[in-house]
Amino acid sequence: MPPAGPAETRAPGTPGSAAEQDGLRGFFDAVGGGPLHPLAAQALQVGYDAGSTGVWADPRALHGRGRHARRLADGAREAIAGVLGVRPDEVRLTGSGDVARRTAVVGLAAARHRAGSRVVTSAVEQAAVLDAAGEAGQAVAVAVDERGHLDLDAFTAAVLGGTACAAVQHTNREVGTVQDLAAVAAVCGEARVPLVVDLAAAPGRLPVRDVPGDVLVADARTWGGPALGVLVVRTGTRWTEPPGLSDAPVPVQVAAATALAAAEQERATAAPRWQAWTELLRDGLAAVPDTVVAGDPDPAGRAPGLLAASFLYVDGEDLVGRLDVGGFAVASGSACTSEERAPSHVLAAMGVLTQGNVRVSMGRWTTEADVRALLAAVGPAVAAIRERAGVAGL
Amino acid sequence: MIGQDGRVAIVIDCVGQLCPLPVIALGRHIERVAVGEVVELRADDPAAKVDVAAWCRMRSQELVSAEDGTFLIRRLV
Repeated sequence: MPPAGPAETRAPGTPGSAAEQDGLRGFFDAVGGGPLHPLAAQALQVGYDAGSTGVWADPRALHGRGRHARRLADGAREAIAGVLGVRPDEVRLTGSGDVARRTAVVGLAAARHRAGSRVVTSAVEQAAVLDAAGEAGQAVAVAVDERGHLDLDAFTAAVLGGTACAAVQHTNREVGTVQDLAAVAAVCGEARVPLVVDLAAAPGRLPVRDVPGDVLVADARTWGGPALGVLVVRTGTRWTEPPGLSDAPVPVQVAAATALAAAEQERATAAPRWQAWTELLRDGLAAVPDTVVAGDPDPAGRAPGLLAASFLYVDGEDLVGRLDVGGFAVASGSACTSEERAPSHVLAAMGVLTQGNVRVSMGRWTTEADVRALLAAVGPAVAAIRERAGVAGL
Repeated sequence: MIGQDGRVAIVIDCVGQLCPLPVIALGRHIERVAVGEVVELRADDPAAKVDVAAWCRMRSQELVSAEDGTFLIRRLV
């Protein structure tokens, strides 16, 4: 027999394998839609392969392949439940993060309609939560401070009397601010108002075990999984399942669970690096004249690897375009970069300058050289745009 | 020019202009009024509400009022 081809020198799941680093150099939009974790891609491919033992089969079917799919789906739920520190029978794996967000809020509000119609959220929740609050009842969005932290006094006042449920995120995906969920949950417990916690950008960046909340939601795309929403309804919570809620296909469930287990394992090495590089970027960008670096200056109040900064007198679309030409993919919360031509509601709620905004999110492929190259590119791009607009010295 | 008594010294019309143009116009014209005088900026871009307030903080100027796309800014420095 001829010898096998050259052996893989690194396991597919090694954080930042050389091939990944090379292929994704300059890609700083991980939360906007990152690539699948290599192990998730592998699981997905195997799962749909006709040669596989039946991952693709209907897990409710009574035949052998169906039973096999059922066991795999159970295993995926157990794995995800294990990372979150919840019971497997509390977990539903559904179509997308936004489906889970909407279902969580609408289902709680429906079960609590006798208690009241108010749905209280923070002003910086993701759009699916804010939309669901308006759909389910009378939406009340509580203010945050300039760092993105919820105004707890205002929240406490808002949940008193006539409130169906509340929803507060763990970690904001745009600016990285982490909410004080222990305090939020204590307020809700005191007021006897059930709480939805959107894990949002936390999984793979911060510990997510034993997070408080009566209903938890998460989006598998956050940790390198395929589109899949995790919905956790804790035992004893009154929650009415909205019609039409369906489970994700079994291969997708397996891929999402595989990616979460891998991301959770890699977090030990990745998170400290992202934290250090976030500080490097924050300090470096703050040195560019007339810059606002958003979020909490204290690293304890924000997640590693997420950053937003705005540059006065700069057109956000122009800045994103120039960085793209230079090989860097970043997102933006500036109005000119959105379809609705409205600025990011997160930046607006924080009162942070929205023009010339860039959002950076790091992934397992990110390297220090990549971060330093981005930092070196932003200053000159900002200066060039300002010079062209003739705003120097204003 | 009227001003020390808080009445509007100049009006900058940026209706129809997108971010960051209204704020650039504000930065460009603020020095046309004396310290203590008020500039009226008209801007209907949705970003102006946040960005005019942010500019005032960054440039240590006073945002007197912001209503219906009309911003009154007093020059302090």
